Amino acid sequence: MRTAFIHSLVALAERDPRVVLLTGDLGFTVVEDFAERFPDRFVNVGVAEQNMLGVATGLAEAGFIPFTYSIATFATMRPYEFIRNGPLLHGLPVRVIGVGTGLDYGVNGITHYALEDVALMRVQPKMMVVAPADPDQARTAVAATSEVLGPIYFRVGKGAESIPELGGRFSPGRAELLRDGGDIAIIALGPATRTALDAADLLAQTGIEAAVASVASFNPSPTADIANLLDRIPVAITVEAHYVNGGLGSFVAEVVAEHGLGVRLTRSAVREMPRALSGTQQYLLEHYGLTPRMVADSALTSLALDGS
Amino acid sequence: MLATKIRKTILTQSKRANVGHIGSCLSIADILAALYGGVLRFASPDDEDRDRLILSKGHAALALFGALNAIGVITDDLLETFCSDGSPLGTHPEHVVPGIDFSTGSLGLGLSFGCGAALAARMQNSDRRVFVIVSDAECNEGALWESVMFAAHHRLSNLTAIVDMNGQQALGYTRDVLDLSPLEGRWRAFGWDVHCVDGHDRVALESTLSELDDGDAPHVVIAKTTFGKGVSFMESQISWHYWPMTDDQFLTAIAELEAQEA
Repeated sequence: MRTAFIHSLVALAERDPRVVLLTGDLGFTVVEDFAERFPDRFVNVGVAEQNMLGVATGLAEAGFIPFTYSIATFATMRPYEFIRNGPLLHGLPVRVIGVGTGLDYGVNGITHYALEDVALMRVQPKMMVVAPADPDQARTAVAATSEVLGPIYFRVGKGAESIPELGGRFSPGRAELLRDGGDIAIIALGPATRTALDAADLLAQTGIEAAVASVASFNPSPTADIANLLDRIPVAITVEAHYVNGGLGSFVAEVVAEHGLGVRLTRSAVREMPRALSGTQQYLLEHYGLTPRMVADSALTSLALDGS
Repeated sequence: MLATKIRKTILTQSKRANVGHIGSCLSIADILAALYGGVLRFASPDDEDRDRLILSKGHAALALFGALNAIGVITDDLLETFCSDGSPLGTHPEHVVPGIDFSTGSLGLGLSFGCGAALAARMQNSDRRVFVIVSDAECNEGALWESVMFAAHHRLSNLTAIVDMNGQQALGYTRDVLDLSPLEGRWRAFGWDVHCVDGHDRVALESTLSELDDGDAPHVVIAKTTFGKGVSFMESQISWHYWPMTDDQFLTAIAELEAQEA
């Protein structure tokens, strides 16, 4: 997805001379194309994410649209205050690209797992959060948000798997309903959409009809879409490669509570800090209950509780 | 005289609002007088090609408001709202205020904004310059040194940092809290064009700031200042980082300024 993202960025830079790419010395085999085509609009700032966000703020004040590139944890947490007091406070169009969603970085370990980036960014009222599910949606999202006046956080996965059901659609503030069914709603953040669809297939084998909604943006958030969905389906499960608090699950809980809906909500997410736990992404997803089988099992448990 | 006018605003408004940071404001009054008295080039506060000024030591915002008021950018009416409910003028500057190029208040961010502003000017083939006022204690911030490295590496000769070296910080003297010496040597070692000047000698400040060459290095002017300059009982006193003034202290302070002016 990150390669698709950068290709879209190159296309954007072709037609918009305001686009600049800054990297915190990351993006080997990803950023070179941009750097070669636009050497005057590419700066490797070194391993200095705070300064990268400050420089981006200064560039944006003068009319540029800077994209800052790093691994999601480094892109968001190290310069968090610079993001807040820079582009957010000044209302400037800085785009923070965080690569690696959730457990994408597998054997690299906890320092590389973006498990709270969505929470940190979503809590800022003017920070648009874009978390594409697949390369095609990433392409659409880059183009669709090119004129947004304020800052954007792009949570860009490492995976390249396409989700054909999504058809590359992206609308800020909307949830994409990819499958309908009246028994349970599975709501997924970004790439977890694949897991949700596969879990729905497993549930169908037992005669349970699951609706699947894919969320790819906050601020604007798909509040109305989720409220409408859960108004008619009283059992829901959220799926995200993120800590359980602050991300999609929390967002859905907020919608449920604020709309007075009687919904039994299960949040499938990471519930503890991964420590001394090396492994592939697949191993880690299994460890944290984020495979289709485990999501389907959680759904069955939830339905059983709801029926009891 | 511009510096005295700025100092009077600092005393009058901080008294009316009953707030502190007076010593930090008085420390940079002459630096601001030099900048707004002839160094900064700007046709209007929103001219895109104006020189940029970033007060990275944002807690001295009142001094900047005083300077902007003295040159007519901030009206008397607006200035009188300082720290009032609903006013855009608090004790740290926000860019929505006329003449404020960047919001600051958290130390260590301003020079980084300045690097971006200076890089932008170069990319746009503009000869505008960027001035950033940092405090000496702000040099405790690691992020500042990221910016210092960046500016030198990218040869941002249109960028000038002015260090208000008053030797004090919130809880003590800089030499006791986290010794910065040799400050000149540190900036020089990072590749900057270093100048040292008496931060209360307006003529020296103006000539130094006006004669910085285009070279290929960013400039730093280390301005040796006295915390609380101009008010005898505040000078070099740690306690005046935070205290507001009593009525008597205010009258004494104003009288001292007027005596210096006479």
